[in-house]
Amino acid sequence: MSDTLAGLLQAAALVAALAVCWKPLGDYMARIFTTTKDLPIERGVYRVIGVDSSADQRWPVYARAVLAFSMIGVASLYLLQRVQSHLPLSLGFPDVPPALAFNTASSFLTNTNWQAYSGESTMGHLVQMTGLAVQNFVSAAVGIAVAVALIRGFSRGRTDRIGNFWVDLVRVTFRVLLPIAFVAAVVLVAMGAIQNFSSGTAVSTLAGHHQTLTGGPVASQEAIKELGTNGGGFYNANSAHPFENPNPLSNLFEIFLLLVIPVALTRTFGTMVGDRRQGYALLAVMGVLWLGALVAVTTLEMHHPGAAAQAAGASMEGKETRFGVPGSSLFAVSTTGTSTGAVDSFHSSYGGIAGGVLILNMGLGEVAPGGVGSGLYGILVLAILTVFVAGLMVGRTPEYLRKKITGREIKLVALSILTMPMIVLIGTGLAMSLKAGKSSMLNSGPHGLSEVLYAFMSAANNNGSAFAGLSANTTFYDIALALAMLIGRFVPILLVLALAGSLARQQPVPANEGTLPTHGGLFVSMLVGVVIIVAGLTFFPVLALGPLAEGLS
Amino acid sequence: MSTTIAPTRVSGGLLDPRQLLASLPDAVRKLDPRVMVKSPVMFVVEIGAVFATVSAIQGPSVFGWSVVVWLWLTVVFANLAEAVAEGRGKAQAATLRKTRTETSARRRPPDGREEQVSASQLRLGDLVVVVAGETIPGDGDIVDGIASVDESAITGESAPVIRESGGDRSSVTGGTRVLSDRIVVQITARPGESFIDRMIALVEGADRQKTPNEIALNILLASLTIVFLGATVTLQPFAVYSGARQDVIVLVALLVCLIPTTIGALLSAIGIAGMDRLVQHNVLAMSGRSVEAAGDVNTLLLDKTGTITLGNRQASEFLPVNGITEAELADAAQLSSLADETPEGRSIVVLAKSAYGLRERSPGELPEARFVGFTAQTRMSGVDLPGREIRKGAAAAILAWVRDCGGGDVRAVGSLVDSISTSGGTPLVVAELADGHARALGVIHLKDVVKEGMRERFEEMRRMGIRTVMITGDNPLTARAIAEEAGVDDYLAEATPEDKMALIKKEQEGGRLVAMTGDGTNDAPALAQADVGVAMNTGTSSAKEAGNMVDLDSNPTKLIEIVEIGKQLLITRGALTTFSIANDVAKYFAIIPAMFAGVFTGLDKLNVMGLSSPESAILSAVIFNALIIVALIPLSLRGVRYRPSSAASMLRRNLAVYGLGGLVAPFIGIKLVDLLVSQIPGIS
Repeated sequence: MSDTLAGLLQAAALVAALAVCWKPLGDYMARIFTTTKDLPIERGVYRVIGVDSSADQRWPVYARAVLAFSMIGVASLYLLQRVQSHLPLSLGFPDVPPALAFNTASSFLTNTNWQAYSGESTMGHLVQMTGLAVQNFVSAAVGIAVAVALIRGFSRGRTDRIGNFWVDLVRVTFRVLLPIAFVAAVVLVAMGAIQNFSSGTAVSTLAGHHQTLTGGPVASQEAIKELGTNGGGFYNANSAHPFENPNPLSNLFEIFLLLVIPVALTRTFGTMVGDRRQGYALLAVMGVLWLGALVAVTTLEMHHPGAAAQAAGASMEGKETRFGVPGSSLFAVSTTGTSTGAVDSFHSSYGGIAGGVLILNMGLGEVAPGGVGSGLYGILVLAILTVFVAGLMVGRTPEYLRKKITGREIKLVALSILTMPMIVLIGTGLAMSLKAGKSSMLNSGPHGLSEVLYAFMSAANNNGSAFAGLSANTTFYDIALALAMLIGRFVPILLVLALAGSLARQQPVPANEGTLPTHGGLFVSMLVGVVIIVAGLTFFPVLALGPLAEGLS
Repeated sequence: MSTTIAPTRVSGGLLDPRQLLASLPDAVRKLDPRVMVKSPVMFVVEIGAVFATVSAIQGPSVFGWSVVVWLWLTVVFANLAEAVAEGRGKAQAATLRKTRTETSARRRPPDGREEQVSASQLRLGDLVVVVAGETIPGDGDIVDGIASVDESAITGESAPVIRESGGDRSSVTGGTRVLSDRIVVQITARPGESFIDRMIALVEGADRQKTPNEIALNILLASLTIVFLGATVTLQPFAVYSGARQDVIVLVALLVCLIPTTIGALLSAIGIAGMDRLVQHNVLAMSGRSVEAAGDVNTLLLDKTGTITLGNRQASEFLPVNGITEAELADAAQLSSLADETPEGRSIVVLAKSAYGLRERSPGELPEARFVGFTAQTRMSGVDLPGREIRKGAAAAILAWVRDCGGGDVRAVGSLVDSISTSGGTPLVVAELADGHARALGVIHLKDVVKEGMRERFEEMRRMGIRTVMITGDNPLTARAIAEEAGVDDYLAEATPEDKMALIKKEQEGGRLVAMTGDGTNDAPALAQADVGVAMNTGTSSAKEAGNMVDLDSNPTKLIEIVEIGKQLLITRGALTTFSIANDVAKYFAIIPAMFAGVFTGLDKLNVMGLSSPESAILSAVIFNALIIVALIPLSLRGVRYRPSSAASMLRRNLAVYGLGGLVAPFIGIKLVDLLVSQIPGIS
């Protein structure tokens, strides 16, 4: 079978699987966010934490709950790592140093899972399971909760209540993430991923060396790593490691897992706002962007101009032979487009321009289709911006989903769109001006710039994947990237929640012939254009000096 | 008031090139940073120009100074746009000021004796006497008398209007002249706050406040500016790392080309021009907010009479009975209406002439005739000729008259009357008493005549998503018939001011914006409640106070044009924003290769325009960026072309013209500028 055919079949199978799940999963999520019924286990949780599940919150209260929950998470995960050596199941690893612990705590809390450490040689089983894995669930749930709050801003009118954070958090965790992750873990084990509590198996290699293979609860962590678009691998090699991702089928399954919730949330959105066409439109935008990046990266990698690549028939450096160019490109585009950050190949080894596409794919603001929840609220923010410009062009105060887009909404939207590029540009600029920043670079020239740019792009967008080629475990990068992750996560969340509050307060205006339709092909193409132009204009100069300079030379 | 609606579209005056020159001093004066800071985008350009100037002084070069000059020109051009827009208003204000010459007033204190005071000493509630030939000293309501008044100073209409005490035509405006008779006016506005004072302030834009959409757009433009500022400032460390440190002038040039200068420069001119366009249509908006609200209107409440139909009912056909021919009926109807000066009576004479060729006879031709006038008691009018009496009037009254005179069977008339009533018309019965024998001759069908072109107009409104509701005092049957004929979406029959108010509130509760016109005192609450309330200038001062716009022509149909102007204002802003942002793509392709192709030769592949040298590329982009502002000043003053259509088709068109056009135009424009600039020694 030719590589091209294999690529097409894989992509087709993936799209078909997502299409099958889209409606049932999307509608199921819509139901759990609108029902008033609690499960017995949820009632137990509410009693313990003292929450009235029928009391909705105003946006500042919702926002305070998100922040409080997350800050407590950062603090406890930090402490857990700092005292690791005194805890059971540490596998004998020492305490994690302060800067790295802060970086890791911020990383897992923000759904980034940037890993400045090697999992198998730094974290014991207890930290992995009670710290990292727990955050993999709840950080994903926080993202979905915020997205749902924004949907309520559209679907509700003349109210100051946008839902209850604790209820949203608990329901997502118990009714969506846990059940799917459980099934997914079983499937992964069946496909060959490992799941044990082994503290290491000593083996002799063919070359006669001795090596310790660390085992552990890999499949269970792998499931939520992809499903929650987290991306933090049990092993440093991440999804390129055969224990995490043994074969092409598991590879495809993992890609499916990381796409399924972000994609299905568009259906949830359409259902909750009472106009499913709106969900189709957002899905179409995400699909076009994802497919465009996929075609670009796969084609570029298949026709890599390097001499070695020509000899091998394709650019195989940094890729696993069991996945090939199509499987690796599919994974790379999906992981950069969903803010997952898991990798099954090394993005640093992609051709200059293909690497640039991956960087830009994050630079779009993680909306193709984006992280769980964050992808939806990200694209909605961009949709509001599009509606504003397009709405003026039809001679009306712009409206989106029957809500007026006034100065207040635009202020929140503009600040939200502004945050990520400013972090990336200032962070990268700072790193390139300081010795502490430049000394970590393993490459010089444009590729070196791409490495640093990739790191900040990945952190600010809460992606977590690394370009490789950058020694990121230095005090400078640990702190700078941790800040980038925290600001990149929580500033937009606060703005989005304020936006939800502002929209919910409004009286819905009736839609008619004079209203800009936001479900047709015209709007879809305009939104695609806005997403690309906003990111493209912001990052074009730096991309020109990094990936483009490398790729065009 | 025009009776037919010509299919003309909203348009503004053309830009006279002399205006550009005349406004140049103003434009330079606006370079004051305290003024510039109000427009964040252009303020950034000005700061950038200062930096570039300092840099050019330190290391002079032809290229550096050329860029500096064009950066300053960019700022001046932006100011020029605003100055030109303001200049047009100032000219109008000057004309108005001439009418505000110091007048004296004859004040009449309660004791009855008159005293001569200056108009500026008048206080609220003062009574003043104005006689023929005098100028009315201040805004007020006539409390006694009737007069013809020349209001050309404010309306531009030379024909005098009648103003009288009581009723809805009692208000007078200071500065207008009484042509005949004598009136007593109660002053309702303090000196300096009169209608003309407000008008002057409005057209001058002295207290112009940013409208909600303008504020939102400004926020967006400021954010874009910050992003591009970030992208440009952080570019230097990357450039240094890449071994291609950039000149301050080049970075400033990049920044100025990227930030949305086109829309930033034209934004306030667009707003001023929008108000100005209203003034040209003789409409005064009390705030820019109301102009924007007009574009958003979902429901139009239109008074039937004068807006949808011609002022009065007209005879449309003669329906004879009892073997009478139509011509005989027409003849009798004409005779009975000869002395009837009501519009209905006139229309009968006109129809008899146009449909049956009956020459209008003057009452003098029939010396023996005795005309019987209409009274509220008899509810009929007619003529007594020797041996023949003809009467016409309301069906019940005439039939009773026929019966009283011993007439016979009237069933045929009864069924005709019923069918006309059902169709929404008004039946007038004609009967005669000849040779002692009374009989009904037939029925005249009077009906409301819908103005020409209204149906199409309402069709357009529907396509724009605007619902039209007809307000009328008629009974529901009549109202429905006219509503159907005119093609309005809904009607409110037997409407009282309270009904009108209730309808507005109901619409607003559903999230709709409502526009209406009104002139009477009892319209005032509804005018105040409506989102866009257009008061007729002929109306009472309380109506004018309550509304947020005044139509000096007192033409209720103009509401439709006001809506169009509001929409056009927003479309112009949106279109130029799109154009401005789309322009950036080409500028990147000009500037980035120019900056870095020296160190990374591969980047020269991005120089798709084939610009001759790095200096020429950067300078060309800056020059294009400045010239496009001047090129678009006429468009921003005139507003983009606007045709009522659905939102989808409007978006498609504007995206194609301003989005796609904005993408392509600079590629061509920059290349053309480059062809010229590269001839300059020291650039290529």
